[in-house]
Amino acid sequence: MDRIKTEELSGAEIVIRCLQAEGVDVVFGYPGGAVLWIYDELFKQDKVRHVLVRHEQGAAHAADGYSRSSHKVGVCLVTSGPGLTNAVTGIATAYMDSIPMVIISGQVPTHAIGEDAFQECDTVGITRPCVKHNFLVRDVKDLAMTMKKAFHIATTGRPGPVLVDIPKDITVNKCEFVYPETVSMRSYNPVKKGHAGQIKKAVQLLLEAERPMIYSGGGVVLSNSSAQLIELVKRTGFPITNTLMGLGAYPATDEQFLGMLGMHGTYEANMAMQHCDVLIAIGARFDDRVIGNPAHFAQNPRKIIHIDIDPSSISKRVKVDVPIVGNIPDVLDDFLKLIKESKTKNIASWWKQIGEWRGKDCLKYDRKSKIIKPQFVLEKLYEVTGGDAFITSDVGQHQMWAAQFYKFEKPRRWINSGGLGTMGFGLPAAMGAQMANPGATVACVTGESSIQMCLQELSTCKQYRLPIKIINLNNKYMGMVRQWQQFFHGNRYSESYMDALPDFVKLAEGYGHSGLLIDKPADVEPALRETFKRKKDLVFLDFLTDQAENVYPMIPGGKGITEMILSEDL
Amino acid sequence: MRHIISILVENEAGALSRISNMFSARGYNIESLTVAPTEDASMSRMTVVSVGSDEIIEKITKQLNKLVEVVKVVDLSEAEHIERELMLIKVRAGVKEREDVKRMADIFRGRVIDVSDSTYTIELTGDGAKLDAFIQALDQSTILETVRTGASGIGRGNRILRV
Repeated sequence: MDRIKTEELSGAEIVIRCLQAEGVDVVFGYPGGAVLWIYDELFKQDKVRHVLVRHEQGAAHAADGYSRSSHKVGVCLVTSGPGLTNAVTGIATAYMDSIPMVIISGQVPTHAIGEDAFQECDTVGITRPCVKHNFLVRDVKDLAMTMKKAFHIATTGRPGPVLVDIPKDITVNKCEFVYPETVSMRSYNPVKKGHAGQIKKAVQLLLEAERPMIYSGGGVVLSNSSAQLIELVKRTGFPITNTLMGLGAYPATDEQFLGMLGMHGTYEANMAMQHCDVLIAIGARFDDRVIGNPAHFAQNPRKIIHIDIDPSSISKRVKVDVPIVGNIPDVLDDFLKLIKESKTKNIASWWKQIGEWRGKDCLKYDRKSKIIKPQFVLEKLYEVTGGDAFITSDVGQHQMWAAQFYKFEKPRRWINSGGLGTMGFGLPAAMGAQMANPGATVACVTGESSIQMCLQELSTCKQYRLPIKIINLNNKYMGMVRQWQQFFHGNRYSESYMDALPDFVKLAEGYGHSGLLIDKPADVEPALRETFKRKKDLVFLDFLTDQAENVYPMIPGGKGITEMILSEDL
Repeated sequence: MRHIISILVENEAGALSRISNMFSARGYNIESLTVAPTEDASMSRMTVVSVGSDEIIEKITKQLNKLVEVVKVVDLSEAEHIERELMLIKVRAGVKEREDVKRMADIFRGRVIDVSDSTYTIELTGDGAKLDAFIQALDQSTILETVRTGASGIGRGNRILRV
């Protein structure tokens, strides 16, 4: 019998070997005491690149953006204590949007755990509610298998971040290293195939539908099933809407696309959601920003089919009639086989109704304004980049305008924090997207408030020559907070105005980049054109926009999906 | 409605907090929770008693199943099952009270497991209602201390929860 040749390696070496075995090419991180041995091993090899961020939140967001833009696992490496706690916002962000990530955190040596050692924190306890799973490695012999499990859990079923906490002594201790080829866990076996009977029932409903509606979310993007979704929409001729997380899964310029739905979704998408007779939800979760008040949504009778890999997402806020638990591409393949043989009903009158709703032109804004309208900037950004850029965003009005006005044609091009709504996400996520897609056009749509939350990463961008284009929609307000205060708090703009803003142009220059201030509508397009010609430089575009502009349509919190405020109402 | 949920979970550090965390994070209620290893030492069996509508209980079982370390989940109250709880109760039992207390313990099939000059400690097993009834039946002023394990449950007949 052949003996498999094994070797004695230190825990730190094992960590790096595991990353190499998983095909990880980039790790985003920040060194510190507890991870010094791991950094030492990183230094000695050249397969895994390390990107040194300026704050651990940036490391987590960058790993996240890397994953979202590439379908690979995002990896970040932080030290114990504050290193980890700084990363928590980024981990929670990834968790809410089901992004496959592996976080490696250093921990104080095993013998010091629980003794309030320097830079000690209960990492496993702190992160437990915001990871798919986490591990504390107590023996170097378990390290390789734990790493294998971490990658396995992060990428299978409903994806999510998995954390591996490694005490410092474990990184020094040695054992034989064999990277396991497979992993089997009796407690973790995500389903793949959907239930055939349920799929048959669902297809039957679709064939009988007179007012059908397809509603798809982030699950389609995460499971790479955009092609099957497009095929389903084309073969049935049904209207489709995407959630904020699902944008790009269906090409936005196609006629059957009704735009995004939800709190700031289009009039036609929200009306069609409420008035359809058969709704098929694919990788979406009926959350509060999507269907508003579930009781209002339930007022109209309709049959609901829900495809999701996570059973706990089904019938959580909205009771569904045909639940299908399974991997979306597998389930949609089964759908397509069955639909091929049968024909759907003529839905011309439904399309006529939708056409009337579309006639509202709910995204209209004042195009003759002398002040720069933020919507105008995004329209021009779309034109200038040909709809083909990776667009990351922060959180607030600019995020909604980007979702409404940038027509995403492909999945994984729209990268934003949908679930947790993390300001500060945009810039580090853009770094991740640029690392995953060297040479591609990456722009970060942000606002003067959000950008300041992870501004320090401009320094990282310089170090790694990341030519991100920053589109700063500067209205000197936390725009979305101001909008809510205008609508629901009697125009009392409590703490939402930012005085003493930095000179963003000088700031960009201070970090070694270039910046440009744009304050006239006529300058918007030329500035964008010039900027996107500069393939090697980070350019910070500071657009001074209309301070009073609001995002329309808007469903006020707690209201029904059709109770929209439209721009014309005011 | 009161539900009794049985959970088989990997016997790993932190598994218990993962489960109790899920309940508190999502606002589900826990009336009682018991946990101990099974005949297979790599696995623990947990019994959670929770109160909620059928919908809530369904959400709870789905969320439990989602936890990576949870192997199996069953809502025992969906079908015939047995549940038992153990109580240790220390009561004042001086010369005056001794006989009454002993008689009451006998009626409830309790056992006196520790005796001192002035106290009896009684062990009593049953469902929660029986333990409540015993407490009610005692002279309240004699009760010095009670400790209850919370319910453990098992399906009747051929209803078996194992891997």
